Amino acid sequence: MIQLDRLTKRYGADAVVHELTLTVAAGELLILLGESGCGKTTTLRMINRLVEPTAGTVRLDGDDTSTIARHELRRRIGYVVQQAGLFPHMTVAENVGVTPSLLGWPAARIRARTDELLELVDLDPAAVRDRRPADLSGGQQQRVGVARALAARPSVMLLDEPFGALDPLTRARLQESLLGIRREVGLTAVFVTHDMVEALMLGDRIAVMHAGRLVQVGTPGELLGSPATEYVRALMSAPRRQAAVVDRLSSESAA
Amino acid sequence: MIEQLDLLPAYLTGHLQLTLLALLASAAVSLPLGVAVTRVRWLEPPTLAVAATIQTVPGLALLAVMVPLLAALDLQSIGFLPAIVGLTLYGMFPILRNTVTGIAGVDPALTEAARGVGMTPAQQLLRVELPLALPVIVAGLRTAAVWLVGVATLSTPVGATSLGNYIFSGLQTRNYAAVLTGCIAAAGLALVLDGAIRALETGLGARRRGRTVAGLAVVGGLCAFALVTFAAPLVDGRARPVVIGSKPFTEQYVLSAILAQWIERATDRSTTLVQSLGSQVVFDALDAGDVDLYVDYSGTLWVNQLDRGGRTAPRAELTAAVRRHLDRRHGITVAATLGFENTYALAVRGDDAARLDLRRISDLAAHAPALAIGGDYEFFVRPEWAAIRGAYGLDFAAERTMDPALMYQAAARSNVDVIAAYSSDGRIPAYGLTVLDDDRGVIPPYDALVLAGARVRRRQPDVLAAIARLDGAIDVERMRAMNLAVDETGESPARVASRFVRALLPAGGGA
Repeated sequence: MIQLDRLTKRYGADAVVHELTLTVAAGELLILLGESGCGKTTTLRMINRLVEPTAGTVRLDGDDTSTIARHELRRRIGYVVQQAGLFPHMTVAENVGVTPSLLGWPAARIRARTDELLELVDLDPAAVRDRRPADLSGGQQQRVGVARALAARPSVMLLDEPFGALDPLTRARLQESLLGIRREVGLTAVFVTHDMVEALMLGDRIAVMHAGRLVQVGTPGELLGSPATEYVRALMSAPRRQAAVVDRLSSESAA
Repeated sequence: MIEQLDLLPAYLTGHLQLTLLALLASAAVSLPLGVAVTRVRWLEPPTLAVAATIQTVPGLALLAVMVPLLAALDLQSIGFLPAIVGLTLYGMFPILRNTVTGIAGVDPALTEAARGVGMTPAQQLLRVELPLALPVIVAGLRTAAVWLVGVATLSTPVGATSLGNYIFSGLQTRNYAAVLTGCIAAAGLALVLDGAIRALETGLGARRRGRTVAGLAVVGGLCAFALVTFAAPLVDGRARPVVIGSKPFTEQYVLSAILAQWIERATDRSTTLVQSLGSQVVFDALDAGDVDLYVDYSGTLWVNQLDRGGRTAPRAELTAAVRRHLDRRHGITVAATLGFENTYALAVRGDDAARLDLRRISDLAAHAPALAIGGDYEFFVRPEWAAIRGAYGLDFAAERTMDPALMYQAAARSNVDVIAAYSSDGRIPAYGLTVLDDDRGVIPPYDALVLAGARVRRRQPDVLAAIARLDGAIDVERMRAMNLAVDETGESPARVASRFVRALLPAGGGA
């Protein structure tokens, strides 16, 4: 469980994130949604202290994160970024096993865990284990990135637009995989995106941010049915408009 | 050539020690410093500026300046220490710069990923930044290694044995086989080091065990060899050998070899030669106790140590004054007066002397405006030259500075008309040159004196006694003949010295 309490980040006089209060329940996948510069990534990075909050607190399973050493906190949190951020000088297996090795797991346990995770993200351990990240496709690299974030059995996962740089087909397959992984391992996660469809498809709840403030939190149905502000309404109408265009075009070509 | 190769093990060992120990020391300082600079960014500009400035100092000057610097700190100012300190400073810049560049070049997304997966700052450095910066850092090490092999040849004038011994003495005695041996050996060493470090790097990068092991074996083996050969004499309990210095010209090579062989035959002590030292360096080294014996000239000491620039004195009087001064101020003993002078002497071609009726320097004044004079590197700025010019009213058409080894030939071939020759140089008669008489007595006498440091007087009276037997043993004809044997016949100073010593001191002839 993650509890954000009046979390604020200011650079000089500008509040990038303003008194944000939010709870992510155990087993829940919460989407942080908003346009570029709305503060969603800063919020995410304050959870694992890659950015230090100016004010407010973050609690992880009840512990105030400011009381935990940064590196120890991060070993309890899986972190996936857009370009995977794999270490190019390490093999795939070494990348996946990096946090367990920092935690001092025995080599045999790391090896078993690595293979288990590669299978979970639909990669053949025997084929990719000893290869370098550069030998893999973008989609495969992102799968390794997800496996690495899961390796040390973190209590929560943070995903920062993890599929943003992938082509649409690969992105769709990875979104499917993520849903599958959630079913198998029951993940508590915060997922940042600006993609409405992705948000509606993956999120248990969606938190909409605008100009550093939380605008509305709710299930996809609640947001679609009763948007709290004009901004949320506009945001929610975008996929509908796109779907309408696609419907019209496909019916025209069928006619 | 064969004779040159006999010297190779000693010179190459010395060179390896200097290069590798300096490389290790440079890396030991520069790697942590480079890392520190990437953590504290404001340190970077001043640190790199200082290292770059050191780099722009010519190697020879950087090493030479260590001598007075270390002497001022009361440290060993001649030999290994000044060379290794200078070389270490010289090797720092490429390693430092490449460490900084390499670490700064790591993708920020990867350093953030390193933090994101839970690495501490130290783990981030060791597991991510350094491995990714390794190729750039190793490139810096290779640059430093190759530079150091080259610059280490300049350690000879500060008293450290290196392949530069071949080059310095070879150029002075016009032994080009020696010069070539030194250059080829240095180039070969540079190639081997560069290749070995590169193999180590590519082996590590591509995880190729064979290459890694081969590179490691060569680099590690050479380092181990350098360390062991360097450390062995330190733990060796035997008495320190008598250290004999020499300046960088033929006569000094011959005389230092004579002193060494003489002492080894007359006493049971071992000796070691430190050759091609600068004129002031060798005196300072004697004063500091890093050199035990060397030959200097009364006029040089009179000018440099007694600061009697303009004036001169009769030969015996001047030597006595020098002897008194050295004894009182430095505790240095004049152990022997060898019996010849090596003074500056103005010399002209024999046919010119006949044609223009030149016998004395005064005869030169009327002709000087139409003539060119040649002298060694320091002659024209020495007080003797000012005194000669002033006393005789000489105003030459041109003053040309040249290497002393080339001066005699230049005169014989009419490139210059007058040279400031050395009176004991065998090439004066060999090239048909005539020495002009110093009729106004302006040039101070330059008696060859064997100087012994304070430690010799205190602890090694047997050495002093042995050297005393050389008093008056070498007249100017004998010295000229020995110099000529090296300069023109191409014999080694050691062989010429050995002939002299054997003739005077038959085998096993102790006191």
